[in-house]
Amino acid sequence: MKKPAFITENPWQQLRSFTDARIGLGRAGVSLPTEQLLAFQLSHAQARDAVHFPLDLDAFEGVFVDAGFDAPIRLHSQAEDRMTYLQRPDLGRLLNEDSAERLRQCFDSPAPSFDLALVIVDGLSSTAVARNTLPFITALCEQLDSSKYDWTLAPLAVVEQGRVAIGDEVGELLNASIVLVLVGERPGLSSPDSLGLYMTWGPRKGLSDAMRNCISNVRPAGLKPEDAARKAFYLLDESRQRKLSGVKLKDRSQDDVLEHDSTSRSFLIRPLEDKSEKQ
Amino acid sequence: MYRYTLGDKTFTFKNLAELMARATPARSGDRLAGVIARSAEERVVAQMCLAEVPLKQFLNEVLVPYEKDEVTRLIIDTHDAEAFAPISHLTVGDFRNWLLSDEATTEVLSEVRAGITPEMAAAVSKIMRNQDLILVAKKCRVLTAFRNQIGLPGHMSTRLQPNHPTDDVNGIAASMLDGLLYGNGDAVIGINPATDNVAQAIKLMKLMDDVIQSYQIPTQSCVLTHVTNTIECIEQGAPVDLVFQSIGGTEGTNSSFGFNLNTLAEAQQAAHSLNRGTLGNNVMYFETGQGSSLSANAHHSLDQQTCEARAYAVARHFDPLLVNTVVGFIGPEYLFDGKEIIRAGLEDHFCGKLLGVPMGCDVCYTNHAEADQNDMDNLLTLLGVAGCHFVMGIPGSDDIMLNYQTTSFHDALYARRVLGLKPSPQFAEWLEKMQIMKNAGQAILADSMPDAFRHSLAAPSRKSGGH
Repeated sequence: MKKPAFITENPWQQLRSFTDARIGLGRAGVSLPTEQLLAFQLSHAQARDAVHFPLDLDAFEGVFVDAGFDAPIRLHSQAEDRMTYLQRPDLGRLLNEDSAERLRQCFDSPAPSFDLALVIVDGLSSTAVARNTLPFITALCEQLDSSKYDWTLAPLAVVEQGRVAIGDEVGELLNASIVLVLVGERPGLSSPDSLGLYMTWGPRKGLSDAMRNCISNVRPAGLKPEDAARKAFYLLDESRQRKLSGVKLKDRSQDDVLEHDSTSRSFLIRPLEDKSEKQ
Repeated sequence: MYRYTLGDKTFTFKNLAELMARATPARSGDRLAGVIARSAEERVVAQMCLAEVPLKQFLNEVLVPYEKDEVTRLIIDTHDAEAFAPISHLTVGDFRNWLLSDEATTEVLSEVRAGITPEMAAAVSKIMRNQDLILVAKKCRVLTAFRNQIGLPGHMSTRLQPNHPTDDVNGIAASMLDGLLYGNGDAVIGINPATDNVAQAIKLMKLMDDVIQSYQIPTQSCVLTHVTNTIECIEQGAPVDLVFQSIGGTEGTNSSFGFNLNTLAEAQQAAHSLNRGTLGNNVMYFETGQGSSLSANAHHSLDQQTCEARAYAVARHFDPLLVNTVVGFIGPEYLFDGKEIIRAGLEDHFCGKLLGVPMGCDVCYTNHAEADQNDMDNLLTLLGVAGCHFVMGIPGSDDIMLNYQTTSFHDALYARRVLGLKPSPQFAEWLEKMQIMKNAGQAILADSMPDAFRHSLAAPSRKSGGH
């Protein structure tokens, strides 16, 4: 449809094939056209909803049970509600007393030990958790099944109002050698459903970020759950063999080096000007 | 011990640090740190008590021990007693009156600058309303230059921020072209790299340098990588215009960022040796933000705004081209909502300018903060009135790499139009020559693709699938 004359379209819209950035939006005067304004507002609304909508635990459990998993153990941090959670990151890192007790009561003593605990944490995006945890866990289980090791898995746990570090306490109480936390990441405007993965060897309360390895941006339009599962499996396998995680493990893995051309030359530079390029 | 009696009640504050914290307008980071006033009444009483404190007291009672903190040593050792003389008899309360008075002209403010410590600036800001912060900041003048001049009255520049989640060269170039064609990029073209290492930084430096040289753009580039990486880039012969570093207001904060003052001095010297500036030699670009010291657990029980002001003492020591307070990036546990972000942005801009720092502001928010585009419009407009040196410019306000929202190319043009602000003069001339913008003051953009850039649309697109 032809745009009215008072909207100036940008002739460089084709450059959007290079990037997801919001380029070539056009303008009304110097301002955003209505269509672009509302598209932004919709993205922001979706990101806000991802932060504020609580995870629907019944539906979440149903999906896992339908897929053949046991119902996850339900846990809660010491942050009572979302407003507290947003302002008190310290409380989101600790289990409330009921939850800690529930985990202690889980097993007869002596408690069995597990190779791996998967801990699902709502974090800052319930949307990410609702959409992406099952596809990731399914893909990861396939990897684990084909491993040379036998991997014993602790019961699945899901934590409300939690932050990454709460996984260490859960992993410790579950007597797991490694904990892998699946957490809803801070939603971006164009990525409200991004899941983060954090792995710790020998989880226990009070460990710092330096002990963790992270895989970020797990979502269908980012790092696909199957690819994330391959990366996670690589880290898990290394961690199990070397009995460590965090900075020391990352040093050996070249996984997070982005693939790129060595050239710094962009489409903006005319080929004719090659000879004038300085070194 | 500080005491204040109100009717039959006596309030006590155990030291200057506690008094400053209690006097600070409410914000979530100070609540998280446990230093916030315990009631609204206590906050105002603390402000009344603080208003009676002589400015001289800040030279006698340091907030972080001199022996333990090199930022305190920098502040005390570089304090200029002669510059301080005209205001040395004032209390904090009268310092506010004096700053607002007609005595405190632009020239006078420049002369006393070296006598003002960050703690004095922070203290007086705590008893100033938003309009006071704007009025005084507008009187302060700080001029810097590299390939263009920044900070001239009636001007506002933009950092073109063409970030891309995989540092894709053409993805970055597409955002750069979009920004340039919207008249943005005179403060700096600055990339936050997705992969943070020396090789990647050099690649991005070359990418930007090629564009700046090919089109003869009177601006400068910067890759926002760690200062030690940039030093290595310089050693390897990379085209470094500006050296970047995030800085904080305590030694502990800075060591958590992995540098000290010597590192910055070394970097500044290395960048100077390249002699790449044509109009001036301000080669440093610093970023700051309230909350960084608490986040690094290095706040010494100070409030976050006082820590932030101390970072400007670090900044001004190295003659930066640009200092950017990234006000809403840190999240709601430090600045909860639009109201707190706006207040912090105005405080930072005021304190920086008063101390002689070329302040810009990343007017921004994250999706878990209680803030939206309207709050950003308010802060952008207020800062434009206050004479803020520069803001960010990004396609459609959406940073697809850092996942937050900042001001867009369009936003900068809005501010220029309603407030009559111009881009840096050398850049404005270039915009006109390239047929991008007519009459920079009115921000009238050309309707068609400027000739010099037409060829770039002939390039094949690489990424499939489209937007």
